[in-house]
Amino acid sequence: MVFAAVFAGGIGSRMGNSDTPKQYLELGTKPVIIHTIEKFFINEKIDEILVLCPKAWVAHTQALVEKHLPEGKKITVISGGATRNGTLEKAIEYIENNCEVTEDTVIVTHDAVRPFLTHRIIDENVEAAVKYGACDTVIPATDTIVESGDGKIISSIPDRSMMYQGQTPQSFRLKELERVLASLTEDEKAILTDACKIFSIKNKDVYMVEGEVFNIKITYPYDLKVAHTLLKGKDCDD
Amino acid sequence: MINAVYRLISPGMIDIACTEPDIKNSVIMRPVYLSICKADQRYYLGNRSREALKAKLPMALIHECVARVVFDPTGNYKPGELVVPVPNMPTEKDEVIAENYLPSSHFCSSGYDGFLRDYIDMPPDRLVRVPEGVDPRIASFAELISVGVHAVSRFEKFSHTRKDSIGIWGDGNVGFITALVLKAVYPDAKLYIFGTVYEKLSYFAFADGVYHVDHVPDGLKIDHAFECVGGEGSRFAVNQIIDLINPEGSIGLMGVSERFVDINTRMVLEKGLNLFGSSRSGVDDFQRTMDMLAENPKIPAYLENIIGDVVEVKTISDIHKAFALDISRHFGKTVLKWEK
Repeated sequence: MVFAAVFAGGIGSRMGNSDTPKQYLELGTKPVIIHTIEKFFINEKIDEILVLCPKAWVAHTQALVEKHLPEGKKITVISGGATRNGTLEKAIEYIENNCEVTEDTVIVTHDAVRPFLTHRIIDENVEAAVKYGACDTVIPATDTIVESGDGKIISSIPDRSMMYQGQTPQSFRLKELERVLASLTEDEKAILTDACKIFSIKNKDVYMVEGEVFNIKITYPYDLKVAHTLLKGKDCDD
Repeated sequence: MINAVYRLISPGMIDIACTEPDIKNSVIMRPVYLSICKADQRYYLGNRSREALKAKLPMALIHECVARVVFDPTGNYKPGELVVPVPNMPTEKDEVIAENYLPSSHFCSSGYDGFLRDYIDMPPDRLVRVPEGVDPRIASFAELISVGVHAVSRFEKFSHTRKDSIGIWGDGNVGFITALVLKAVYPDAKLYIFGTVYEKLSYFAFADGVYHVDHVPDGLKIDHAFECVGGEGSRFAVNQIIDLINPEGSIGLMGVSERFVDINTRMVLEKGLNLFGSSRSGVDDFQRTMDMLAENPKIPAYLENIIGDVVEVKTISDIHKAFALDISRHFGKTVLKWEK
């Protein structure tokens, strides 16, 4: 079984606030989160979809799913945790409690605010997770990365040819992920917010899947403008 | 859902745009192999009028493709099925006029997005299944084969019954494919090919005779003919056909020419010739094409010879590479293997 876990924000924003979480904003004709879920919905490699969102948004998200998606694949909406790791643990807990888990079970975790991911990226994530146990989606860094310990003075400038920018999905064999998470101390859990980093620190190989420059994360108003621009222009299908 | 579409924004420049396919009503497919057509190359190189480029770009190129079904909300196709999408998209039904001649029909990669995209979304009635065993690289240029099939289907309707000999002018891809289709439909007819490049003429091993247009044997006559030359050579080809054809023969015109072509109408009248045009194809032609590929193993066997470069496409640079390779190719089809 391959599960897609769409992370739609761990912090409990309430409806009615002016700062609606970005995944619920309209992009083209649908909310961002629906565009993202649809990519997993039509991909044959994905058996079931789990959407993890703030508790206050569960009913709304469920309603959006029912409105926009046709029948055909199980989509479950549950509330996420307070942190990214907490949301990941909730996803694992749901799968463990509701499905038969084997060593081959794979979880593909993805940010709801990255609706531009492609079919190839999902396919390659599933293949890499099965083969290597863990994978991250990355693109080569285009800007020079500068490291600073105190935020004032550069401590080092790593070789750019060895630098990559992390995107999502991040995918894992579920059992392997559980074992690695179980090995963390509470202090480590508080600091290590990236599942691939946890694998890396525990000396587990994480395979790199090539992302896309346009697989952007819609975090700031600027990103939403870029996303709208990508969807604009002369539509040759109309 | 957001789809990435790779559009030609100006000659030689391809950029990503995004569209929103309708996953509730359309069959969603992924391209497997795509094939470059001369018309795509003309857009890519900017060899169209400034007005045409301004009116049609930006636009995703390529209308020859074989695709794999990813999702079908209509229930007609299963995920994984191999299909050929028909680029002609009629907007009305007509009892008399074929869909590819209706001025209201749309055509992918001519004013509407072609198949250079991550997902192809089309209504189920615009798809034709690829029979098991057919090489998907050959299926990628099924559209071009269907153009030949369409021309031959029209020929069946318009031509008289004596078909002892048929001439084909043009030693390129269209001539080769039309000749193959004719050989399958009329196995007893003598097939003569007329061209200008000996090397290309040598590929027509299945024909009964190949001739350089400047060295046609005296006394050679044909019952019917197809003109697959186009461009500047059209005038010469059509008038040579009129000279060599027997009375009441049919001439299928398939070559596209940017200029008006002078035709010896005196001899057309005197011989009572039947000239008919043939352009593009419709879904029925695609189905007949697939049936022919499945039932006549010799056709795909010969077509394998015209598969030229097969370029793996993982980046936009790879698309440019494929078009660059195609420019230098004088025969055969450049095929893109979609890995993006």
